Amino acid sequence: MTTSSLKLKDLVNKDIRLAPGHRMCQGCGAAIVVKMALLAIDKPVVACSPTGCLEVTTCISDYTAWKIPWIHSAFENAAVTLAGVETMYRALKKRGKISQDMTFVVFAGDGGTYDIGLQSLSGVMERGHDLLYICYDNGAYMNTGTQRSGATPLGASTTTSPAGSAVPGKLQTRKDIVKILAAHNIPYVAQACPGHHPDLMRKVQKAVSISGPKFINILSPCHRGWRSKADDAITISKLAVSSCFWPLYEIEQGVTRLTHVPKEKIPLEQFLRPQGRFSHLFRPENEWIIREAQKQIDAEWDLLNKNSCNTENG
Amino acid sequence: MKKMTAVTGNEALAEALRQINPDVCAAYPITPQTDMMQRFADFVADGLVDTEMMLVESEHSAMSACIGASAGGGRVATATSGPGLALMWEMLYVASGMRCPIVMPVINRALSAPLNIHCDHSDAMGARDSGWIQLWSENAQEAYDNLIMAFRIAEHAGIRLPVMVCMDGFIISHSVGVMDFLSDDKVQRFVGDFTPQEALLDIERPVSYGPLIVTDQYHEYKKAQNEIMDSVFAVTEAVASEFEYLSGRRYGLFESYRLEDAEIGIVVLNSAAGTCKDIIDEARENGVKVGLLKPRLFRPFPYTAVADALSHLKAVCVLDRSDSFGAFAPLFAEIAASLYPREQRPVLLNRIYGLGGRDFMPEHVEAVINEMMDVVSRRIAAMPKKYISLRQYY
Repeated sequence: MTTSSLKLKDLVNKDIRLAPGHRMCQGCGAAIVVKMALLAIDKPVVACSPTGCLEVTTCISDYTAWKIPWIHSAFENAAVTLAGVETMYRALKKRGKISQDMTFVVFAGDGGTYDIGLQSLSGVMERGHDLLYICYDNGAYMNTGTQRSGATPLGASTTTSPAGSAVPGKLQTRKDIVKILAAHNIPYVAQACPGHHPDLMRKVQKAVSISGPKFINILSPCHRGWRSKADDAITISKLAVSSCFWPLYEIEQGVTRLTHVPKEKIPLEQFLRPQGRFSHLFRPENEWIIREAQKQIDAEWDLLNKNSCNTENG
Repeated sequence: MKKMTAVTGNEALAEALRQINPDVCAAYPITPQTDMMQRFADFVADGLVDTEMMLVESEHSAMSACIGASAGGGRVATATSGPGLALMWEMLYVASGMRCPIVMPVINRALSAPLNIHCDHSDAMGARDSGWIQLWSENAQEAYDNLIMAFRIAEHAGIRLPVMVCMDGFIISHSVGVMDFLSDDKVQRFVGDFTPQEALLDIERPVSYGPLIVTDQYHEYKKAQNEIMDSVFAVTEAVASEFEYLSGRRYGLFESYRLEDAEIGIVVLNSAAGTCKDIIDEARENGVKVGLLKPRLFRPFPYTAVADALSHLKAVCVLDRSDSFGAFAPLFAEIAASLYPREQRPVLLNRIYGLGGRDFMPEHVEAVINEMMDVVSRRIAAMPKKYISLRQYY
């Protein structure tokens, strides 16, 4: 299959299928993720979003920012809603009522993926529907005002895990959603971030070229929830990668491959510091959390290196 | 010549689905619906239909998949029972709000707790405000006929709403009855091709489904949804008269049985109506002027026509196979609302029977008739709501 160029000079001439005028916050990571992903796909796309920031800001009656067919039905079921569309596509194609090729993509936040939507997502992956599920992971329920989710990192202060005098923010670590999806033995699972856009777009391009269920977890900085500067999304997502908080890798047909190895692995602190949600961790009584988080990230990074086909240990 | 067959209710409905051969069918197993979907899965496995089946991981996902598939632009069916319908509840409103003409047999079952797999109507009654059209069926023949007609009503250009076809769990779904199947050809011609409207898969004309609507329009949207329901009566009747031409079987919005000259009447849904009609025939032989009204179209509810059929009576007992705890039961509430505007109206009794599959026996009907006669002759005062067919423990 021929894939189109991901060079900037070519990308700038492409139509962005999420129109301007949507109501996402300035500097929102999710909007960047959706635009990058759509730019990487050449085929007609049918998209689906669960209830959440992206959904409420892109389609408010009578307006829609989606230049492509798009559906939202509820919060916990984006995967299966789109699987229903994809199944109808196969039915109508079989019966000769549709001839075009189409690609099916879910854009869902971490709440709709890690938590309330996990059952429906797991079912869709197990049944082998031909769709790409992209999670834009901002680590909390941002649409309802930054409540903790299964994706919220250890120590983060959210509105339901606030840093108080007795409890210093979220005391649990994040679910490893990529491993959970990989355990479904689907053909392609990856992790990406908008700070490394060629890597992100290559992964999307590769995913849609493979038939069957695919999953990409994409870091999606949210300055409202992260208490960071509005123009810091790309900078912070790069720090997430350099600190190995957010390794860039893919698991294709069961083979793990790092797609980016930081030249110098920076301390986690540097990723945490620009974000107000972690500011309480820098108080002496809470510094143990940073040490604990660093330990966990080091261990995960080591394990990932061990399991990767393209590292010295792998 | 008609070919009569002996089948269970579930077999009859599976057969209707085979004849209709929907584009997509998403389902999750639940007693007593399971054996219907198993039969349909056999048809898929044997190539008797080419429906794409989605065997999902929950009823919530079954309805979500149906919504996606229906929005995609094709014919969609599913089926469920009791707790399965309850789990779908959120998505039922989405299906009707998005005008998805999904057709769903509901094999009526009680709701937990305590756990009970047997028949009552709590499931469908809990979904009565969800914007779905509801057709109710006394036996396998009616359920089969209703299911075929349901596709025509759901997919009618002016309606485009989901329809549930209710049939009593076990009592009908698992009991063998006599059936007159229509030929495949007749059914297929009657149901016709699916005409997509605003299909999500029409890539040349992209549409967005499921917008956010805030306070400026939501209220008007819901008013519009209510107005569509007004046109369901005429479409249901038109489809029924076409179906009568095809099958020789006549269906109204409700069945009226020996009501014209009656003094007292019973109102009841689904299979219990059969028992009631037998006892009514016996009572008639003894000179008791009793009749019956069996609603078929429960949503939307034909208030005026029902009032016309009942207002001349002296007493009416509404038998409900579900309850609204601390309030009158659902069917009773509709009958009372129908009759309230009439100056002449019967005394109304609400009797709860048959919950969780409790047998509804001829003596229960006799007792209800006797009680109405006592009320009419003022030997006893009417007690509005009461459970009947209770076991006597103490």
